[in-house]
Amino acid sequence: MSFLQWITIFVAISLALPFWRVARGFTIYDRMVGISVVGTNTVILICLVGQIYGRIDMFVDIAIAYAMLNFSGGLVMAKYLDTTGGEPR
Amino acid sequence: MFVAKTLMVIGTALLFIAAIGVNRLPDFYTRAHAATKPDTLGLISLMLGLSIYHGFDLSSVKMLLIVVFVALANPAATHALGKAAIHNGLLPVTLKQLRGEGEKP
Repeated sequence: MSFLQWITIFVAISLALPFWRVARGFTIYDRMVGISVVGTNTVILICLVGQIYGRIDMFVDIAIAYAMLNFSGGLVMAKYLDTTGGEPR
Repeated sequence: MFVAKTLMVIGTALLFIAAIGVNRLPDFYTRAHAATKPDTLGLISLMLGLSIYHGFDLSSVKMLLIVVFVALANPAATHALGKAAIHNGLLPVTLKQLRGEGEKP
């Protein structure tokens, strides 16, 4: 396999690991942290897959949109938990 | 090409360290630390390596735009989450709790 395919496999492994924290997470905040890590890894994975397929000019726009959605989703959830007083444990 | 591959290997190692730290650290605040700093630096390094690997183009400029945006946005989102946690009374873990003397965190 080529170099980019090995990089893609290791990024996919480090995308799959925080799902344990999302499923187990003792508080709701731990789950949000796991979701943030998964989103960051997904942005990189989209760009790597676009580079492998040779269509990076199309995939990089999807990556920009995904990064913006990840940021706004995390910020909205943080403000919601701050105002409503989510369970501390 | 050597610079691009070195940057991509460093970024992959940092992302793997961030994934291990999110699973293994004992507290929400330490987990937020592991989710923010190695993850952001891994994305910066890997995107810089990918844009050098691709060559100068409109797509590599867009990758640098992703780098700038995520370097500003990812710590801000995690900081807002930590502020929500400390406002709702989530206490950080102490050294006694880590040694198993106090109550469980």
